[in-house]
Amino acid sequence: MIAASSPRWREPLGRALMLGLAALVAALVALPVVALVLRVPPGTLLAQLGNPSVQEALRLSLTTSVAAALVSVVIGLPMAHLLATRAFPGKRVLEILMDLPMVIPPTVAGFALLMAFGRAGLLGGTLTAFGISLPFTTAGVVLAQVFMAVPFFVGAARAGFSAVDPRYLDAAATLRAGEMHTFWRVRLPLALPSLVAGLGMAWARALGEFGATITFAGNLAGVTRTVPLDVYLLLHEDLEAAATLSLLLIVMAAVLLAGMRQAGLGLFAPPRAPRFAPPRAG
Amino acid sequence: MPLTPQRAHLQFGVVLLAGALLPALPLAGQQVLSVFAAASLTEAFNDLGRAFERAHPGVTVRLNYSGSQVLATQLEQGARADVLATADQRWMQYARDRRLLAGDAATFARNRLVVVIPRANPGYVEKLQDLTRPGLKLVLAGAQVPAGGYSRESLRRLNGAPGFPAAFDRQVLANLVSEEENVRAVVAKVRLREADAGIAYATDVGARDRDALTILEIPDPYNPIAEYPIAVVAGGHRELAGAFIALVLGPEGQALLATRGFLPPAPRR
Repeated sequence: MIAASSPRWREPLGRALMLGLAALVAALVALPVVALVLRVPPGTLLAQLGNPSVQEALRLSLTTSVAAALVSVVIGLPMAHLLATRAFPGKRVLEILMDLPMVIPPTVAGFALLMAFGRAGLLGGTLTAFGISLPFTTAGVVLAQVFMAVPFFVGAARAGFSAVDPRYLDAAATLRAGEMHTFWRVRLPLALPSLVAGLGMAWARALGEFGATITFAGNLAGVTRTVPLDVYLLLHEDLEAAATLSLLLIVMAAVLLAGMRQAGLGLFAPPRAPRFAPPRAG
Repeated sequence: MPLTPQRAHLQFGVVLLAGALLPALPLAGQQVLSVFAAASLTEAFNDLGRAFERAHPGVTVRLNYSGSQVLATQLEQGARADVLATADQRWMQYARDRRLLAGDAATFARNRLVVVIPRANPGYVEKLQDLTRPGLKLVLAGAQVPAGGYSRESLRRLNGAPGFPAAFDRQVLANLVSEEENVRAVVAKVRLREADAGIAYATDVGARDRDALTILEIPDPYNPIAEYPIAVVAGGHRELAGAFIALVLGPEGQALLATRGFLPPAPRR
């Protein structure tokens, strides 16, 4: 019995250590955010929003990140369903592959994208033949964002599909509902909260994407210079503007996270019991 | 003993920790000279760092290469360094204005600008005028980067030059597809054949690039020769930094720089 034989001072010491470390990690994350807020003079946020070059970067960031999030949903949904419902050879390799963009350095991702989709890349000749050129274009920004964001959607959607109570599926099966029918009418609605959470995370990841974008798509105002790239440039031109834009990105991310919490969604939130009554099949 | 999951986790953790601490070992008991240098100085300062370490046993030279604008702002934000070498006077002045330097800066090298083109020449660039051809993919360093400033200055000087249109720079800049954060990123985009042309320093095209890149010279009056100043950073190892700068300015350093294609500083008038 470990607990019984421990000296009496151990328990409070352990608790103090835990609290201390928890405070440390809270400060580690909170301090930079607070420091940034202090750096932004009041009123500048609105003033910066009126700045045409900021508007340009903001518009580009919003359109590309929303596009990237939607593309991630369309191409990620079948993969998430496949991984959640099927067992097949090579599944583990596929799972690792799907998680890979989350952990590889974004610059490496951008370089790899160049090797694949660049003009001199693996598919460069084919793309050129179809008149498609991705580096230095807005489409290239979206591609880089999708590459970095799609694992977040696949991961969340997969967890959502896996958490669907098999009894609902059994019920659908006894009613002779086809596989696709069950997918659309049972699995998808039950997994919807996770799908929305995945969409939110994918969008946030796309919005914050920097390394893959600057490496693969380049950096030009109005074409490929998204807000994170603009912040990086402004660091050497106008620190207040850089701080303001940074704050804007943080606020957007925080609002997204708060909204998701409010709706009971969250990337790492424990799966909730389905709020829906089992839909009728057929 | 069977490997329980707990044991496996513990072992994994120990290996990670050891891996994280290992690189710190060789530096124990060594003096470290931290040098912030412009990206275009990479190979030359690698040489100089090795020469300095040979002459000063027990000293390790740690080099940090980036665009000069990045180095200056990193210093401003409190990065620790002993020596700063930039690719233009502007960012050295920036550091001096913010009292980041101890003492004066000395110019130790100069550099020529060239147009770099992929050997395969996908944009059919044969002469400087071809840079205006619509649809060409041109990559430059950003306007804040020294190389980017020099590049734009060069294009401006070519406005209305014999055989050049009056708005040459505007026509060329219309082909700009990306502004890179340092001059080496410009060369990389050209080397990867993603860009049809870029402007960089003559020294950026090293021996191993000769088979991948072609160079187009920019004639003298239109070539703003880059100047590289070097200075001791305030709050660092002042003596060691001074010794490093003496090496760079001295005959051995100048010979190493010349080998890498740098021009000597302009003779004092």
